Amino acid sequence: MKSLLAALQNGKVLISDGAWGTLLHKRGLQIGECPELWNITHRSDVLTIAKSYIDAGADIILTNSFGGSPTKLKHYGLQNRCVELNEAAADISRVAAGTDHFVLGSIGPSGVMLLMGEVSEETLYNDFCIQAEALKRGGVDAICIETMSAIDEACIAIRAANKSTGLEVVCTFTFEKTVSGEFRTMMGVSPVEMVQAMKEAGASVIGSNCGNGFDQMIDVVKEIRSVDQTTPVLIHANAGKPVLKEGETCFLETPEIMASKINDLIKSGANIIGGCCGTTPEHIRALAKVVKG
Amino acid sequence: MSELIDRIGQCVERGKVNITSPFPNDMKGQEGADELTRQALDADIKPDEILQACNTGMQRIGERFSKNEVFVPELLMAAKAMHAVMAHLKPFFKTGSVKSKGKFVLGTVAGDLHDIGKNLVAMVVEGNGWEVIDLGVDVKTPKFLDAIKAHPGCAVGLSALLTTTMANMIKTVAEIKASFPATNIIVGGAPLTMDSAMKIGADGYSPDPQGAVAFLSKLSSIG
Repeated sequence: MKSLLAALQNGKVLISDGAWGTLLHKRGLQIGECPELWNITHRSDVLTIAKSYIDAGADIILTNSFGGSPTKLKHYGLQNRCVELNEAAADISRVAAGTDHFVLGSIGPSGVMLLMGEVSEETLYNDFCIQAEALKRGGVDAICIETMSAIDEACIAIRAANKSTGLEVVCTFTFEKTVSGEFRTMMGVSPVEMVQAMKEAGASVIGSNCGNGFDQMIDVVKEIRSVDQTTPVLIHANAGKPVLKEGETCFLETPEIMASKINDLIKSGANIIGGCCGTTPEHIRALAKVVKG
Repeated sequence: MSELIDRIGQCVERGKVNITSPFPNDMKGQEGADELTRQALDADIKPDEILQACNTGMQRIGERFSKNEVFVPELLMAAKAMHAVMAHLKPFFKTGSVKSKGKFVLGTVAGDLHDIGKNLVAMVVEGNGWEVIDLGVDVKTPKFLDAIKAHPGCAVGLSALLTTTMANMIKTVAEIKASFPATNIIVGGAPLTMDSAMKIGADGYSPDPQGAVAFLSKLSSIG
């Protein structure tokens, strides 16, 4: 198992991967179909996507397991296959990454709210443990809990991942700009509030994914760095803001546009940089080129 | 008398459900929407006056949500407090002494399993006095058409979170308009803007639940 923290020493910047969903759909994943099931039914397609990011120059790739929690899989009647689907997700990315690149096991939100009593803390904790353990068994180096919006759920996920795997845990939140120009998650959490809570819960790396392009992510990182100068920060940014074109949603920032901004993002304090919605292996190639020369 | 009504409205706005609820912090240990509504009905306060106060409370919290002064948790708790009130008022709806403002059929489009945004809209619209027929998530067009047939004169709300399910929203809008041209449709969700909503043939768009209330209010003032 490799250590992310060790690899980040001496100010080294690591490049992460880009979007997976879009590439899965391009390969025929239908709307309403379970993406994680493809780890079994379309293994070679998922492997090709994972490899495409390694080939583009990423130091880190994630896994096709964002919606792989028992709660999410229940929508497809697949909750009993949680272990199998997550283990396969990790194995595919491990095969693509080999031994000298990092694999982070992706865990997304449960989609249910503690606040409303839709789920108990205990159930949520156990579900995150099951998913994290399966990802570890499949060979991930660390766990990446992403797209979080609520402090309580993120803390439970971090504790579950720490306790059940002993691996390093990354946790990223999704922020939007409010009308008054502040960054908040839909649950009202600011980047500053996130920093404190995630560190206390035991995250090794914190950051933000989705919701924003590089321009706004630079401001998010600055806000994080205003209260914490040492914890490594991971950013998975969208390729700008979505625009609707002839019935299709498009993200318009090209690899060149994103690459032109990455030095500012690094200057603001980001340590691991990759893409989210709308980014492709070409975007990652352009980012890697700037960072690695 | 009117003090009690005002307090119920405040409980809805602040999300104070009942005496045991710990939310919000500064109202801990105080009576909430549940107890106060019971007391009001026992004191022969008219149910429609109570409902009016709640609608106002819900409207206020909806507006604060639109301005990003409060976030999802506050809105959810307000809706929960509203539910506590409605549990007491339900019998009066049945007897007809309290009436809804109209019907609103709502669902997340086919292929999309996201329900948080859709549920917020349902709660706020209901809290403002409409009857909401919530069809759930991953709703295919025939289910919308059946609901429109079963609830003549209803307005329809479509939700989508994923950029990939926008295509299904476009299809559903077109199919509803083909079968029921007079039905008013409002759409919402992360990938949308007013501009894109108009392009796909919807009658309205809102980035937040209160905008759906404004849309429905405008329809009923015309109709």
